[in-house]
Amino acid sequence: MKIVVPVKRVPDTAGEKKLSDDMTSDRESVEAVLNPLDEWSIETALQLKEAGKADEIVALCIGPEAAQATVRKALSYGLDAAVQVTDEGVHGSDALGIARILAKALEDLDADLVIFGSQSTDARTCIVPAAVAELLNRQALTFARHIEIDGETVTVHREHEEGWDVVESSLPAIVSVVEAINEPRYPSFKGIMAAKSKPLDTKSLADIGVDPSEVGLANAAAQIQDAQPRPPKEAGTIVEDDGSGSVGASALADWLQEKKFI
Amino acid sequence: MSELLVLIDHGAGKPRKVSLQLLTAARRLAAETGDTIAAVWLGPGAGDHAETLGRFGAQKLYHWDSEDAHGYVTLPQVEALQKIVEDGDVAGILFASTNHTKDVASRLAIRCDGGIITDCSDVEVEGGRILGTKEVFGGDMISKAKVAEGKLQLFGLNTNAVAAEEGDGGAPEVVSLDVSLSEDATKTKVVSVEKQVSGERPDIAEAATVVAGGRGLGEEEGFRLMEELADTIGAGVGASRAATDAGWYPHRFQIGQTGRTISPSLYIGCGISGAIQHRAGMQTAQNIVPINKDPDAPIFSIADFGVVGDLYKVVPALIEEIKKRKGD
Ligand SMILES: Cc1cc2nc3c(=O)[nH]c(=O)nc-3n(C[C@H](O)[C@H](O)[C@H](O)COP(=O)(O)OP(=O)(O)OC[C@H]3O[C@@H](n4cnc5c(N)ncnc54)[C@H](O)[C@@H]3O)c2cc1C
Ligand SMILES: Cc1cc2nc3c(=O)[nH]c(=O)nc-3n(C[C@H](O)[C@H](O)[C@H](O)COP(=O)(O)OP(=O)(O)OC[C@H]3O[C@@H](n4cnc5c(N)ncnc54)[C@H](O)[C@@H]3O)c2cc1C
Repeated sequence: MKIVVPVKRVPDTAGEKKLSDDMTSDRESVEAVLNPLDEWSIETALQLKEAGKADEIVALCIGPEAAQATVRKALSYGLDAAVQVTDEGVHGSDALGIARILAKALEDLDADLVIFGSQSTDARTCIVPAAVAELLNRQALTFARHIEIDGETVTVHREHEEGWDVVESSLPAIVSVVEAINEPRYPSFKGIMAAKSKPLDTKSLADIGVDPSEVGLANAAAQIQDAQPRPPKEAGTIVEDDGSGSVGASALADWLQEKKFI
Repeated sequence: MSELLVLIDHGAGKPRKVSLQLLTAARRLAAETGDTIAAVWLGPGAGDHAETLGRFGAQKLYHWDSEDAHGYVTLPQVEALQKIVEDGDVAGILFASTNHTKDVASRLAIRCDGGIITDCSDVEVEGGRILGTKEVFGGDMISKAKVAEGKLQLFGLNTNAVAAEEGDGGAPEVVSLDVSLSEDATKTKVVSVEKQVSGERPDIAEAATVVAGGRGLGEEEGFRLMEELADTIGAGVGASRAATDAGWYPHRFQIGQTGRTISPSLYIGCGISGAIQHRAGMQTAQNIVPINKDPDAPIFSIADFGVVGDLYKVVPALIEEIKKRKGD
């Protein structure tokens, strides 16, 4: 069985975030990292391989040349190979555009299972995995907190607001995973060294057969019009308790009452 | 005249609070665009609530009274919505920005040539199109986005983004849907449903008040105190990642960048330092109240009201104080 894990390069949450003049994420000015949620999808794939359920794991990244560092990072966890789609035409694609590119790249890769993170930490739309499933006419088992593969059947515990549903489907399928699914490992020194020489196939949009009129900023269905830094908040009232608890508690109760929360 | 659809989110046979908020938002939009508001109820049980939905703005109610559409099933719901869009004149769809509806919306957008703006904290009309406000980069920036001209507009709104207000509409016209599902639509099977609700407490996404606990609780037992405080004020209970990682509270209740985003009217954080990744999930709360013994904890910089003190002293005293004032 072959697993593909899509990985994304995102700005570090702790860094300063900016949008460029064309309202796309300014990916040059901030330090970029592997999307944290993708560590859980990578770990899920590795565990399936270690359990003998999969033979090969391939990382797939749509991103600029600089995203190669992110792809190597993904490989350092112990993945076998990677494909990176780099093309000027990708710039400014919305989530559905990215899904179209991922779907085309996946057609060539012929994966039995695609494992996504449930969201990426920059735009956090969570819509890419299901959109890819739609484009490939596959079943999607998203927001999984547990996964099992038994022959051709995949079963997941799909998390939602009230708990989780146990759902099953047949392979090939698309899955996305939440943090509760496992504890990601750290890349080993050996893994980091090996990642440098693992096969990385770089492709253009034309190579994978993407119609340029379906992607990119000019064709994005979701259009960002404006973005402003969050206005600074006015300083609030801070009360120091005297150690008994009652001073803080009664001041807070007063405030809650004034605000009509009690 | 075009229709603006509102996808009704319902559980236990009742519309969730967010559905009435979505209808309220739709009324505001329709007042400018002149669209008709049509609620969509997928699954059994709409009949009992038609009047309520009408009062909040639905002029029409599409109802697919089928168990096939019930619960956390994606493709049957996509196919029902696809039918409405293909048979009618739909300008846009408002939905609750939840895990489940995001799956439905993304498949529908691919099928019906749409665009999606997720996680909106507000919507308005500009040039005849819907303009959504969304907080991005963990709430550090506020952006406005719309869907390209000529494409179906799909907007996901956060729970509590808009306050639900009744209008003066009467009962809606009910249209029964008859959907014949494709073979693919039933290939993913729900084997069982595991409820994990915290007693009678509201879920953190729905709750108007959320009490959250962090590493400062020191032990799992601390969450019993959080629950006691929550029950005193009708709140939901959430946690920081430090607390969920320690196994003190289920991961589903984790608030933050890699957890859930909440926008309650009031957030009370106990023993939480306010790391940037935690703030990414809660800084849109209207009122932020930390209780923390370290006056330099970063969470105080975004506090509306804060208490510097030991939570194990302050919270029990607060519970007593609230009970006293409420006359319990
Ligand atoms: C401020 C801002 C707001 C935006 N709002 C919207 C919006 O409302 N609607 C919209 O359609 N687009 C929006 N976009 C554009 C959208 O974020 C990008 O197109 C993006 O690549 C999709 O990522 P996501 O974070 O939404 O993915 P998610 O769906 O949150 O990510 C799920 C998983 O998909 C995978 N993935 C995502 N992108 C890639 C990639 N490039 N390569 C490999 N794997 C990937 C990752 O594994 C991730 O774990 C916005 C962009 C910005 C900068
Ligand atoms: C990729 C990534 C993603 C992450 N995602 C998330 C996320 O989604 N959500 C999240 O929350 N975190 C997330 N984190 C973790 C985040 O960086 C912080 O580590 C975490 O939020 C800290 O939790 P805390 O505030 O409970 O603990 P701490 O930072 O340890 O703070 C504990 C606080 O309790 C106070 N305290 C101690 N004892 C008492 C007492 N008796 N009374 C009052 N106060 C007391 C202390 O003064 C301190 O301020 C993420 C981190 C990474 C790297």
